[in-house]
Amino acid sequence: METLTTRAGMWFVLLVLAVLASALARDTAFAVHMVIVGLAAGIALWWTLAKSKIDLVGTWLRPDNDETKYDDDPVRWGVLATMFWGVAGFLAGLVIALQLAFPALNFEPWLNFGRLRPLHTSAVIFAFGGNALICTSFYIVQRTCRARLAMPGTARFVFWGYQLFIVLAATGYLMGVTQSKEYAEPEWYVDWWLTIVWVAYLLVFVMTIVKRREPHIYVANWFFLAFILTVAMLHIVNNLDMPVSLLGSRSYPLFAGVQGALVQWWYGHNAVGFFLTAGFLAMMYYFVPKQAERPIYSYRLSIVHFWSLIFLYIWAGPHHLHYTALPDWAQTLGMVFSVVLWMPSWGGMINGLLTLNGAWDKIRTDPIIRMMVWALAFYGMSTFEGPLLSIKAVNSMSHYTDWTIGHVHSGALGWNGMITFAAMYFLVPRLWGRTRLYSLRMVNWHFWLATLGIVFYASSMWVAGMMQGYMWREYGADGYLVNSFAETVSAMWPMYVARAFGGLLYIAGFLIMVYNVWQTIAGNLRVEKPLDDAKFNPDADRPLPRTPLAQAAE
Amino acid sequence: MTWHSTYDFLRHLADSWGLVAIALMWLAFAAWPFRPSARASNKRAANMIFEDQTHGE
Repeated sequence: METLTTRAGMWFVLLVLAVLASALARDTAFAVHMVIVGLAAGIALWWTLAKSKIDLVGTWLRPDNDETKYDDDPVRWGVLATMFWGVAGFLAGLVIALQLAFPALNFEPWLNFGRLRPLHTSAVIFAFGGNALICTSFYIVQRTCRARLAMPGTARFVFWGYQLFIVLAATGYLMGVTQSKEYAEPEWYVDWWLTIVWVAYLLVFVMTIVKRREPHIYVANWFFLAFILTVAMLHIVNNLDMPVSLLGSRSYPLFAGVQGALVQWWYGHNAVGFFLTAGFLAMMYYFVPKQAERPIYSYRLSIVHFWSLIFLYIWAGPHHLHYTALPDWAQTLGMVFSVVLWMPSWGGMINGLLTLNGAWDKIRTDPIIRMMVWALAFYGMSTFEGPLLSIKAVNSMSHYTDWTIGHVHSGALGWNGMITFAAMYFLVPRLWGRTRLYSLRMVNWHFWLATLGIVFYASSMWVAGMMQGYMWREYGADGYLVNSFAETVSAMWPMYVARAFGGLLYIAGFLIMVYNVWQTIAGNLRVEKPLDDAKFNPDADRPLPRTPLAQAAE
Repeated sequence: MTWHSTYDFLRHLADSWGLVAIALMWLAFAAWPFRPSARASNKRAANMIFEDQTHGE
């Protein structure tokens, strides 16, 4: 009773504070955000008082601390959130791709490209990817530590707190709230909130490792821990801002000029390295061996992969600032570390792929394995393309062109997307106690639609980017630039349309996934021809009759 | 220390002894699982995820 009163009281105080902050807000966006915070506190208060227990999706507030079972409720919510934010993020991506091809689709002021673009990047990276990372890390850390998730209440706070962060960030972008740092657009109060949630996440993860029943800490947990710790450090340093007012949405950064630029790209590139690479590699190191039913090709190589990635990635950021005011030696340092990074990346790819040694036929018969292999192939391709683009001579042509966008998407759609889809397909039947997915043939459809979508996306952006880069630098005999900027824009129109078509295919494949997951959770099984049926003829499955054999012997 | 001399000190530490120290650390960490005595524990660690065939329940 006392804890209930304390808890309810805490939510009530938060609710009152949010209402007060909303009333006293310096700007509309801040007021709207405080209303959202108030709503969230109100919902939490209501649930605390009602002590609600919704069995369909698990216990919401009162986990039944049964140490003989894994705590999978937050994992299940995470899978659902991944599906939901995936649709939102991919749709936003398709819309902004269409806006570039058809500028009339820019609906001022809330839905123009400038506001929807950070909505897209944050929705796919932090909402879709982040939820996938949180739920798979909670799943994997329990299985590999053979222990129930520590601090169940805090784990629930992490999940719901993270959703509040996403909602605040997304609504902020639409209202024009941004601190104008790529992948770090949310303003100071949202940053502070995320810091609290992230530290709670770290606590839950570390405490689960501490209470483990298995002596060895499996390599996937190393990658997850590196991801959580590094993202905490990056997020805090890159968001050292001074708010103009504690009741307003504006703030100014501590670092100015080229220092600010370097801190931003130290953050930005390591968001790629630790959020989109280390975290997803953790998924790879667990789900690929599990789905292939054979151990990782070389456990030693996975350790070398881990340390090399950790030691090298952190220095690669300056390659985003080639030919800027950043000191030349720092640019060269960024380039050299980016090129060296190629080796551990390929070591990891080879380690994942060779796990299938002796079971390569699974690529034909198991569409989930096929997705995983394809994800690893794209990990390899984009970690080759990345070092190539970081070389100064290449970068002088490719920088600021759409080649960069193509590179990012071959990594994001190919590597992050495919490994997440595969992990979700692995998890859903297990989490909801189903014998198998609703349909494996639909996974196959998803695979081909996504692959075709990436092919359209990456190839159109290669052509667009290189054309753009070469048009920008083309000089005539008289020493003047041959092309105006507007000419390069109009020349790229067919490629923009092709890119949007690729995005359409990719989201179509994902919608098939959403349907498939929905039906699996509902407990339905699609009647379909299995993908791997060895030929069997029941009519021929009997002893041969006597007479014809006797005749043949004569 | 003035701002510039701090910068100068750190910058030269980074490309001399700092670099050596970090490279040695990396070498030690990467070589650690290659100890002959680590063979069995590597094998066990790689196969550990299959010990919960019944979904760990």
